[in-house]
Amino acid sequence: MLRLSLGLVTVFAFSVIIFSTFSFLPGDFATEILGQSATKSAVKALRAELGLDKPPLTRYFDWLGNVFQGDFGSSFSGRSKVQGDQGDRSREVVGLIVPRLKNTLFLTGVAAMLAIPLSLILGISAALYRNSYYDRSATGVSLVTVSSPEFFTAYIFILLLATLFPVFPTISNVDEASTLAERFYRTALPVFTLTLITMGHMMRMTRSAIINILSSEYIEMAKLSGASRYEVIVKHALPNAWAPISQVIAINLAYMLIGSVVVEYVFNYQGIGRLMVGSVYNRDLPVVQACALIFASTYVILNLIADLIGIISNPRLLYPK
Amino acid sequence: MTLNKSKQLLLEMKNIHIDGFSDERWHKILKGVDLTLHRGEILGLIGESGAGKSTMGKAAMGYTQPGCKIIKGEINFNGIDLAKLTEFEKRKIWGTKISYVAQSAAASFNPAHRLMDQTISAANRLKINPTDVLKKDAVQLYESLQLPDAENIGDRYPHQVSGGQLQRIMTAMAMSPRPELIIFDEPTTALDVTTQVEVLSAMRSIVDKFNTAAIYITHDLAVVAQMADRIKVLRYGEEVEEAETRDMLSNPKEEYTKSLWSVRSLIKPEETNEDYMLSIKNIDAAYGSSKVLHNVSIDIPKGKTVAIVGESGSGKSTTARVITGLLPQLKGEIIFDGKKLSPKLEQRSKEELRRIQIIFQMPDTAMNPRQTVDEIIGRPIEFYQGIKGKEREAKVIELLKMIELDETFLDRLPSELSGGQKQRICIARALAANPDLIICDEVTSALDQIVQEGILKLLQKLQKELGVTYIFITHDIATVKAISDEIVVMYQGEVVEQGLKSKILNPPYPDYTELLLSSVPEMDPDWLTNLLNKRSS
Repeated sequence: MLRLSLGLVTVFAFSVIIFSTFSFLPGDFATEILGQSATKSAVKALRAELGLDKPPLTRYFDWLGNVFQGDFGSSFSGRSKVQGDQGDRSREVVGLIVPRLKNTLFLTGVAAMLAIPLSLILGISAALYRNSYYDRSATGVSLVTVSSPEFFTAYIFILLLATLFPVFPTISNVDEASTLAERFYRTALPVFTLTLITMGHMMRMTRSAIINILSSEYIEMAKLSGASRYEVIVKHALPNAWAPISQVIAINLAYMLIGSVVVEYVFNYQGIGRLMVGSVYNRDLPVVQACALIFASTYVILNLIADLIGIISNPRLLYPK
Repeated sequence: MTLNKSKQLLLEMKNIHIDGFSDERWHKILKGVDLTLHRGEILGLIGESGAGKSTMGKAAMGYTQPGCKIIKGEINFNGIDLAKLTEFEKRKIWGTKISYVAQSAAASFNPAHRLMDQTISAANRLKINPTDVLKKDAVQLYESLQLPDAENIGDRYPHQVSGGQLQRIMTAMAMSPRPELIIFDEPTTALDVTTQVEVLSAMRSIVDKFNTAAIYITHDLAVVAQMADRIKVLRYGEEVEEAETRDMLSNPKEEYTKSLWSVRSLIKPEETNEDYMLSIKNIDAAYGSSKVLHNVSIDIPKGKTVAIVGESGSGKSTTARVITGLLPQLKGEIIFDGKKLSPKLEQRSKEELRRIQIIFQMPDTAMNPRQTVDEIIGRPIEFYQGIKGKEREAKVIELLKMIELDETFLDRLPSELSGGQKQRICIARALAANPDLIICDEVTSALDQIVQEGILKLLQKLQKELGVTYIFITHDIATVKAISDEIVVMYQGEVVEQGLKSKILNPPYPDYTELLLSSVPEMDPDWLTNLLNKRSS
């Protein structure tokens, strides 16, 4: 319960930071949209219409109040330059974000389903055959993948799997009409990229969490009571490793979501990351704020889940004395 | 301890050599030790830390710890040489034919599984009896080990039962597959004396009941005397001597074996003083919301030694923390040399801080591993007395001489010292402040018997020379006899009684003191039997 309320406080603090950061960015949407030659009165009128002339504190609470009701406001872009024009194409931020968010969640979800089991299996087996050639090469390769930036990994994949051996497309454009199989096929490269950049860390931490536990006395006791190597790892070490492992997974899922900003841009995938980059470019404050808030909340929620797993997997916390 | 044991050979270890790898090189841990054990027999293996007794015990299973290896030797168990078996073959013997009871039950149970599952896991691997039969058997074992609520205790997790109970459950776990041999590796060392008695009697009766052979490893002669038919003494990886328990106790042959007793023969004539160095009056103290001291009042006579005894959780260390100001009391006052001390450390003057020093139980963790002996002892000299340069160095050397070391130690790091030397350095650090009162918090309990004796003698010598007052916190009655003038008995945060040593250690006793004193093992093989008979009557 305390964790939950702390999580809420964190999200709230994030909202303040997000809002203030974007408010203090140089330039604003009104001058951006009307151009250098706009008259002062026109700029003033647009500012008034968008509510940009109000003091920051008022704007913050207006925004926050609306967010609580699920209203992230309207996008600045796409609106008509002339007030009251019938061709106003301004869109609700929610309507803009939801389909993109679905795309991103699809991308990261598939990548997570690939990365988590793979890194657990690799990490546990590396711990099992510690200091073997297998272990050394696995940890070595994982170090390389962790250290390479995501755009670099992405371009390597493009080079290998799209240019040299054209198996997958370089552009991952999907739309509502795409079938599931099509989606898998088109997002293959971004999924691989995200998997690779997060797997190394998860695998290494799983390995070290297990190895750490393998040196405890109850593991020696298990060995002396005749447990096989497999039994020692799976029955005795793993149940005590869930807490650290779930923490690492949470951090990496969050990292994956953030990494998707770059990856979506590279593969031109219509996800929330690409939307955010575009909106920053256009000074489209409501969209940027909404995206940032979503990223922040995901981070907090993932960590909450990891804490919860830590509690459930630890009888000391689950069944107090 | 049945006398008519069939002399059928169960285990024969010949010329065991084991090397261990540490500090970048191989050391010899065991240098050719032999061991024989017959069915139903209990062999006591004793020695100080580093004697190789634990390594020998594990080698009896054909197991060596990571970083150790068997160089040569035979381990014939039922005619099979365990040293020649593969890991896979040995696993069929471990836990089922030979089982192991470890020192720290709290660390040796897996925190993630229920006790019952862990108790029957080895027997389950045999696939002879179905799980529910094993569970019923485990409950019976729990009952014969006198565990409370034997029916349901197995449903709990390790953190939900006490240390003494865990140790008994581990014995049940070892017994569950009905092994031919059990290795007990210091199973009661981490327990309080009153708990130790219960665990010892439970272990002994169950081993007798199933006529299981056992190797009992300990550093405490009095404990092993209650358990073993035969005793083997090890030192530096070699056998010192071996004899039947009664012969060994009444007539030890080797000098070394005799010296193991010596600390128990050290006795200080008691003296007292009406002039108090320190008086604490009606102290209440708490950690957070849990209250640990209730109305504690103690008087410490000047230039004398007061021993505070009690089991873990009795509040003895907390009392020390209150006196030093580490834990401000909730109620009551501390009078030091006629003046009231402020409860909080920060509000005490440098002079007050200088006059009260403390020495801790673990010299390993009480010193900064990156400081040399010179820095460790020199700092309090500089800090409290403002002495620097050449004069400071002379002071440090003087202190080193006082603790029977010399200037060759100046540039050493704590890692380059033995346990006894480390504790001496800690004593010198306390003395460097030129204090009037030194609190010794279990200063000898992490040390071996012989080293303990040296430290206790040193402390007595220093008291004679410097007139310093000691508060000696301990759970070991032999130490109390050796050093104290007065004794304070504490139980559950309250003072049970305080008085001269002769008064406390002689009848009539209050109930708790009686229980505590009678639980201290004596060098008499019949002590446990007599005690249990007396208690049950």
